[in-house]
Amino acid sequence: MSVTTTAAPRATGSRSGLGRLAVTELRLFIRERVGPIWGVGLPLVLLVVFGSIPSFKEPQRDFGGATKLEIYVPVLIAFSIALLALSSLPTVLAGYREKGVLRRLRTTPVGPARLLTAQLVVNVAVTMVTVIALLVVARVAYGVALPKQPAGFVIGVLFAAADLQAVGLFVAATAGSGRTAQAVGTLLFFPMMFFAGLWIPIAQMPGPLRSISHGTPLGAAVQALLRASAGHWPNGWQLLVMAAYALVLGLAAAKLFRWE
Amino acid sequence: MPAVIEVRNLHKSYGDTVAVDDVSFTVQEGEIFGILGPNGAGKTTTVECVEGLRRPDRGEISVLGLDPQRDRAELTEALGVQLQDGALPDRLKVGEALALYSSFYRAPADWRALMDELGLASKSSTMYGKLSGGQKQRLSIALALIGNPRVAVLDELTTGLDPQARRDTWQLIEDVRSRGVTIVLVTHFMEEAERLCDRIAVIDTGRVVVVDTPAGLTERVQTEQRIRFQPSVPFDDALLTGLPDVTGVVHRGDVVVVTGNDNALNAVTSVLARNNIVAQRLRVEQASLEDAFVALTGRRPETEQHANQGRAARGQARTGRK
Repeated sequence: MSVTTTAAPRATGSRSGLGRLAVTELRLFIRERVGPIWGVGLPLVLLVVFGSIPSFKEPQRDFGGATKLEIYVPVLIAFSIALLALSSLPTVLAGYREKGVLRRLRTTPVGPARLLTAQLVVNVAVTMVTVIALLVVARVAYGVALPKQPAGFVIGVLFAAADLQAVGLFVAATAGSGRTAQAVGTLLFFPMMFFAGLWIPIAQMPGPLRSISHGTPLGAAVQALLRASAGHWPNGWQLLVMAAYALVLGLAAAKLFRWE
Repeated sequence: MPAVIEVRNLHKSYGDTVAVDDVSFTVQEGEIFGILGPNGAGKTTTVECVEGLRRPDRGEISVLGLDPQRDRAELTEALGVQLQDGALPDRLKVGEALALYSSFYRAPADWRALMDELGLASKSSTMYGKLSGGQKQRLSIALALIGNPRVAVLDELTTGLDPQARRDTWQLIEDVRSRGVTIVLVTHFMEEAERLCDRIAVIDTGRVVVVDTPAGLTERVQTEQRIRFQPSVPFDDALLTGLPDVTGVVHRGDVVVVTGNDNALNAVTSVLARNNIVAQRLRVEQASLEDAFVALTGRRPETEQHANQGRAARGQARTGRK
């Protein structure tokens, strides 16, 4: 073992390192398997399960003539966004901090903030792919119409992703270890999914529950997506609720986040 | 030779705990500079301030003319760092880690060549979590060198390695230095410091006790010689205690241990010869770096086990400090 290397003639492509970081983070995300299985695979499986229940394809008066399956597609999209942002993201980030990955990056020209950015980029990219997959499968296999207000739908998905990622970052900022982050993320996931209508569609909830749902990060998201599916722009308050969570929790996370 | 690192009156406390009280030293270009000291002496905090990971409460630090806090971006290009704890995701492959880290720097080393030179080529597609301790250590050295740094700080480099891996790593460090890289080596191993370092700063309770070459350090405590032998026949201690150069005679089973000054050996052997006593298994013990360390700090150097326990405790303290 002798070390004689001199400067490499090879020029590095991206000076920022963000591109390569994002590709690396995506690879790790896939290798970890938890994210792909729970955040991408499970919503698709649930779609297939719901799609094969005959009663899910009958128009219902409660939903203004929509079928239960049509109501559930946005719920499953919210499910995927929430799992990726609440379980995957904080677990990885808190784990990186715990293991000293962020600390090690502090000693390089790139710095740990860019790893955080790469994580968010990967998270959004995977979310987008999952959303498209869910919409396409629902359309092709079960004849669920694509969102009638596509731009509104995309805006709804982006606001929902920002909103949930802020919650995830807040968890990562306050949890001491990867394991704690995972536990807290999972603990938040279930009530949020309840108010997003995973067990009882929002339209069938009793009044008080429905009001709470309107104010939760995921409840607002699902309702915005439902409106866009039906051909309307998301409500102002729906976007406002999501923006408020994104802003407040995002800023709090930025203030509380420690690199080590 | 120009100074590469200058630390003047560094002070750093965590709450009421003073980690570094008053540390000053200068590292010259091209040397291997050791920072040696017992657990909790402030070694790691000192180098973390040099690396810019911690902000000193008082004092001045200059690395290649840069301020570690103010000129962080420039500093990270020129200063390679190897941290105590493993710092890569378990599922990242060796080749990927090197390619990724090389993309961070303006003028990186050729990572493939570096991987070869550190004996990691066959591990290119092995995940970090599956590497042995020695392989992880070699990878972290590779990552410290990947930006073609002028200075590398290596913290507790060989802790937890088996003796063979440790020797390989030492060879590696000497090779790195021969490339012209200045090295700061934090260690608690006497043998490592003695073998590698040109100069050593002994740090204790947050202060520099002394800075000297390994030979210079041992000379400082070389006041006494210890002569051990098994006499062929029993003899009267007075034979030796009467000698002006001898300060003490002790029996340990069959073995006699005589202490005295530099001339004691001569005096003892001639007296024994005159009395027809053969000194079997004659050994003269001189002060080692370890003796110097004990004399300077008043403590035994850590064993590796203690060091690891200390590290665990320190890790907790660090988490608490956040």
